[in-house]
Amino acid sequence: MRMDDMYQEIILDHYRNPHNKGLRDPHTGEAHHINPTCGDEVTLRVAVEPAGGGLDGSAIVRDVSYDSMGCSISQASASVLTDLLIGRTVDEGMRTLDAFTELMHSKGQGEPDEDVLEDAVAFAGVSKYPARIKCALLAWMAWKDATAQSLEKKEGAS
Amino acid sequence: MTTRELGPLDVEAIRADFPILARTVRDGRPLVYLDSGATSQKPRQVLDAERGFYERHNAAVHRGAHQLAEEATDAYESARATIAAFIGARADEVVFTKNATEAVNLVAYAMSNAATSGAEYARFRVGPGDEVVVSEMEHHANLVPWQELCRRTGATLRWFRVADNGRLDLSDLDDLVNERTKIVAIAHQSNVLGTVNPVREIARRAHGFGALVLLDGAQSVPHMPVDVGDLDADFLVFSGHKMLGPNGIGVLWGRPELLAGMPPFITGGSMIGEVYMDRTTWADPPQRFEAGVPMAPQAVGLAAACDYLSALGMENVLAHEHAITEYALKHVGALPGVRIVGPLDAEARGAAISFVVEGVHAHDVGQILDDRGVEVRVGHHCAWPLHRCYKVAATTRASFYVYNTVADVDALVEGVQAAQRFFGTAPSV
Repeated sequence: MRMDDMYQEIILDHYRNPHNKGLRDPHTGEAHHINPTCGDEVTLRVAVEPAGGGLDGSAIVRDVSYDSMGCSISQASASVLTDLLIGRTVDEGMRTLDAFTELMHSKGQGEPDEDVLEDAVAFAGVSKYPARIKCALLAWMAWKDATAQSLEKKEGAS
Repeated sequence: MTTRELGPLDVEAIRADFPILARTVRDGRPLVYLDSGATSQKPRQVLDAERGFYERHNAAVHRGAHQLAEEATDAYESARATIAAFIGARADEVVFTKNATEAVNLVAYAMSNAATSGAEYARFRVGPGDEVVVSEMEHHANLVPWQELCRRTGATLRWFRVADNGRLDLSDLDDLVNERTKIVAIAHQSNVLGTVNPVREIARRAHGFGALVLLDGAQSVPHMPVDVGDLDADFLVFSGHKMLGPNGIGVLWGRPELLAGMPPFITGGSMIGEVYMDRTTWADPPQRFEAGVPMAPQAVGLAAACDYLSALGMENVLAHEHAITEYALKHVGALPGVRIVGPLDAEARGAAISFVVEGVHAHDVGQILDDRGVEVRVGHHCAWPLHRCYKVAATTRASFYVYNTVADVDALVEGVQAAQRFFGTAPSV
């Protein structure tokens, strides 16, 4: 059944019981992204702090929180994102983002690395539906912006 | 209920004219096409007309003196006459554009271009202190060009509100349309709500102050008899691809004295009177507004679409869609957990039905429907401000046309119920 393949139980679980939803402080960056084709939106905050080194790729993503409105795919994706990225370094987060982006553009042919993507492998089926790729990537693009903003801000201040 | 009981159209015969309706989607599901509000499917007669032009008469129209150029020009201008007659207009009142969107832009840009054109175009000038009136239910195509006109010229944009029942709120008509109003641009029929607006009442008020009235007929001309002689409008725009015609052609109808007084929007070849190195004069309408080699094959295709619809009879098309709308309002509207956005009665209402399924996002509803071969539109349907009025981000829209049947509505209803089951929101009964 194609719909069970697309809407895997993991996705529906995250959709019904989203993790880390609701905006939190402190935060170092915030981004608001909209999918102009459907009007779905996400506001996502990150709190990035240096881990011994500078405020660069080695910094730690201490927190990710978000508020959002949208379909099951965009909601579940945001929830999975927070699980995957909180506690990681910025570099690790960017690698995960790259892996997820690649999976979403795989047209259903991707062979995701479960060690890297964990629950996000469930989105493989979504990549067969071009109209839904933006839904899955919405929060990830917001995370990328908010994180870049956090790094720039601190660099400017130092 | 069989399709023949529904109304005056022989839908089985009509469906046989549309090759695409015979195909399957998503691993063998019969196609249930409910997205004609976005674009309609095309009958063989239209495809043949366009192909026939290319195979027999193709040449650049209004250029050259060879036989093919003559035939191509004749086909193009005959198509204009057919399309004009379809809306009760004269051929020289019909300007071909890329689509309805470009037709709206043509008028909006003519108005801002008038500011820097000669005194003969003063009628179209707008500036600070002038007002442009639209409504909250406009498609972006009849909103953004006016926002931009106001931004360029310093005029003020104002708008009619939409009441909760999906009808235009005319209670502030007297305030909104006044001596400062330069143009009222309004949807004849909403692409989301299906609402048919009382355009004559608005036009009467606007004309009392010498304001212009532009109607967005993209959702009305394909679905009901429209005669510009009855509408009391100054401009009417519509798209060919939503009325069984090809992509890439739309129409601006305008009162001839107004078209004659408008500066051009797009300039270039064919739209000129005389050209010197330092200046150019303009051709008379409609050529003034048709720069470049025009879309003759698409004009021929659109004329074939008009012939097809005329043969069905637009009164019959309207009656057929009215019957489907009543049936859909009743059966979709009866579903627990489903809320229709727009008028709940079929009076003064076209065959576009948008709805919210409580607890299931429109994208997810659309995905489950698509998996069953039922193709609908999901999102804000290029009417984002309207969706904000209803405090929803997105709706699911089913829109019907001459080839749809009540069985299609049944497939929609079953699909919505399937979505509710899939996402666990099916209300217990």
